[in-house]
Amino acid sequence: MAILIDERTRVVVAGLTGSEGTFHSLRNRAYGTDVVAGVTPGKGGQDVEGIPVFDTVEDAVEATGANTSLIFVPARFAAEAIYEAADAELDLIVCITEGIPVRDMAQVGSYLRGRSAALVGPNCPGVISPGRCNVGIIPGEICTPGRVGLVSRSGTLTYQIVYELTQRGIGQSTCVGMGGDPVHGIGFIEALERFEADDETDLVVMIGEIGGDDEERAARFIDDWVTKPVVGYIAGFTAPVGKRMGHAGAIITGSSGTAQGKADALEAAGVRVGRTPAEVGELVQAALT
Amino acid sequence: MDLYEHQGKDLFARHGIALADREVATTPQEAAEAAVRLGGHVAVKVQVQMGGRGKGGGVALVHSPEEAEHEARRMLEGGFKGSRVTRVLVERLVDIAAQYYAAISLDRSVGSYLAMVSNEGGVDIETVARESPDAIRRLHVDAVLGLRPYQARRLAGHLPPEAREGSADLLRKMYSVLAEADATLVEVNPFVLLTDGTVMALDAKVTVDDNALFRQPEAAALKDSFPIDPVERRAKDAGLQYVKLDGEVGIIGNGAGLVMSTLDVVDRAGARAANFLDVGGGARADLIATSLEVILSDPKVRSVLINIFGGITRCDLVAKGVLEALRRVTPEVPLVVRLDGTNAEEGRAILADANHPSIVAASTMLEAAQRAADLAHAGAA
Repeated sequence: MAILIDERTRVVVAGLTGSEGTFHSLRNRAYGTDVVAGVTPGKGGQDVEGIPVFDTVEDAVEATGANTSLIFVPARFAAEAIYEAADAELDLIVCITEGIPVRDMAQVGSYLRGRSAALVGPNCPGVISPGRCNVGIIPGEICTPGRVGLVSRSGTLTYQIVYELTQRGIGQSTCVGMGGDPVHGIGFIEALERFEADDETDLVVMIGEIGGDDEERAARFIDDWVTKPVVGYIAGFTAPVGKRMGHAGAIITGSSGTAQGKADALEAAGVRVGRTPAEVGELVQAALT
Repeated sequence: MDLYEHQGKDLFARHGIALADREVATTPQEAAEAAVRLGGHVAVKVQVQMGGRGKGGGVALVHSPEEAEHEARRMLEGGFKGSRVTRVLVERLVDIAAQYYAAISLDRSVGSYLAMVSNEGGVDIETVARESPDAIRRLHVDAVLGLRPYQARRLAGHLPPEAREGSADLLRKMYSVLAEADATLVEVNPFVLLTDGTVMALDAKVTVDDNALFRQPEAAALKDSFPIDPVERRAKDAGLQYVKLDGEVGIIGNGAGLVMSTLDVVDRAGARAANFLDVGGGARADLIATSLEVILSDPKVRSVLINIFGGITRCDLVAKGVLEALRRVTPEVPLVVRLDGTNAEEGRAILADANHPSIVAASTMLEAAQRAADLAHAGAA
C-alpha cells in the first residue's frame, strides 16, 4: 500500500524542460518511478530523454494516462499549474515550487475544496515511498523500504531524520514533505489519517516547526483518532519571537506557534517528542521493539 | 514586510478610506511646520514596524507647533524600544465619539482570511480576545469570493447602529486593500466614529506578503525605507537566509528546518547560537565564503559550526567549497564541520587530507554541536 504514491503512480511533470525539472524528473525515473510526460506550453511534441512533452496537462493525460502531477514551474506560474492539474482530474498534485504568494494559495485552497485532487506542498521536497516510487527531490539513497510513515514541514531536516532511521535499520513506508508555507495542501492530519488506514505502516513520525497551529491541531486529531504510535520532533525551541526562520511559515507571533507549546500539546496526546533528531531515531527504535 | 503607518494610510487613501489630514516629518522642524499647516492640534506618531506605540510613548497628542517639534525631536533622537526612528507622522486631531477595532488577516488554520471587528478599540486585541471574547465578532472570508456585502453587514452589526453603515463600508475597503496589495494583514486599531457621524481609520497596519513583491512594484520600492543592519543587508543581497541572534556559536547549515534544529542542539550542548544562516541547496564555495564573512563579522562569535546534510547537495563538493572559502577568509576561531548524507565519506576524506588548522571534523550532528559549544567556551576563557 504505502500512502499517496506507489507502483501505480504515473507522473506528468509541469516544467519538465527547465533545468531543475529535468534534473529531478530523470532522478525520479532512475529510481523506478513512471515519469510518463512533461508539460511546457509551446514545447508540445518535443521530448526530454524520451519523456514526451505536451502543451497542456489534459493532452498529457489523454496520451499517457498520467494520474499525478509534479510541479517545478516558477512561483508566478505555479498556481496556474495547480489549477490545470486539478481540472485534468489528477489524483495527486505535488508542488515543489517555493515562493508562491499567499493569496494565490488561499485561492487554490478554495478551488480544491470538494475536488478529488490531493495537493502536497508547495515549498516542499515531495513524496517518496522507498523502493517503489519517488515524486520530488527527496534523495532516494538515504531512504530504505519499511513500515514507518513520516510527515514533515521541512526538507533537509526530514533527510536528517530519515537518515537516523535508515542507519538504525528502520525502513519507511512513505515520507511526505508537506512544505514550509503558511498555506499548504495535505497537512499532518491528512497524512496521519492515511497512515492510520495504511496496513503497511506501523508507526508515524511527524516533524514540525515553529509557527501556526498545525501541530496543535494534529495533537487533537491524534488524541481522538490515531491508534498507531506517533513520534514527534519540533524545530525552533531557541528561535526568537517575531523573526521568520527561513520558511515563510516558521515564525512565532506573540505567544502562539512556539516549539514548547507544540511539544506540550503533542505529549499531552501521547506522542513521544524527541529533543534532537538522534533522539527521534532512538524513540522510534524503542517503540518498535 | 510590515509597512509604516503612513505608507499603509497612503494605500487606504487610494481605496477611499476616510483619514485625518496628515504629513510625514523627518526632522523636528518639519514636524513643527506640519503642525502649523494642520492647525496646531495634532498627534505626533512614531513610524516603526511594530505595535504597542500608544503605551510605549510612541504617540503624543499636542496643541502647539512647539510641542510637536519637541515630541518629534524626542522620538527621532531617542528611537523607539531600541529601534531607530527616521520619521514621524503628524496628524490633525479629530473629535472622537467612539473607538472600535477591525482587522482582516490570513488564518493559517483554514488557509483563508479571517475578518474581525471589536467594539473595544484602541487597546491590545490579544488582551480583549482573552478577557472579553464576546467583544469580538469574527467570520471567515473565501479568497475567491472576497468579503461579501452581507458579511460586512454582519460584522458591522456587532457595533452600535450609528456606526454600522460606515463600518461596513470601511471593512469592504480594507478587503480591497488586502486583495490588491497582496497583504496578509490589514488592521485598524482604532477606527473611530466622529461626532459628525463619519467613520475614520486612525491607524493602519499593513503587512505585505514577501512572496508577492514581484507583482507589487510599489510595495517592493518601499523596502529601502526600512532601516536594516548592514550585515543583514549583505546576507540578504547574497541570497542567504540570515537572522542575527546573540550567542557565541556561529551557525551555517543547509535547509531552514535543519538550521533551526542545529540552533536547538547547540543550546542543549550548553552554548548559544550567534545566528540562523541557511546557505540553501548547492552550498557553493562563494556562498560559503560569504556566509563565513557574515558570521565572523560578529565579534561575539567564538566558534563556527557548519552542519551540512547532503541530499541532492553532495558532501564532497561542500568540502571543496569550505576549503575554497578558507582560501578567501581567514577565521580566527575554530570551524567545526559536520558532513553527512550523500558522498559524506568522500567529503570527510577531502577535509582530512587538507589538514587545515582551522577545521575540526565531527561525524554526527550531536558531536559537532558539542565540539562547537566546548570550543566556544574555551575561546571565551
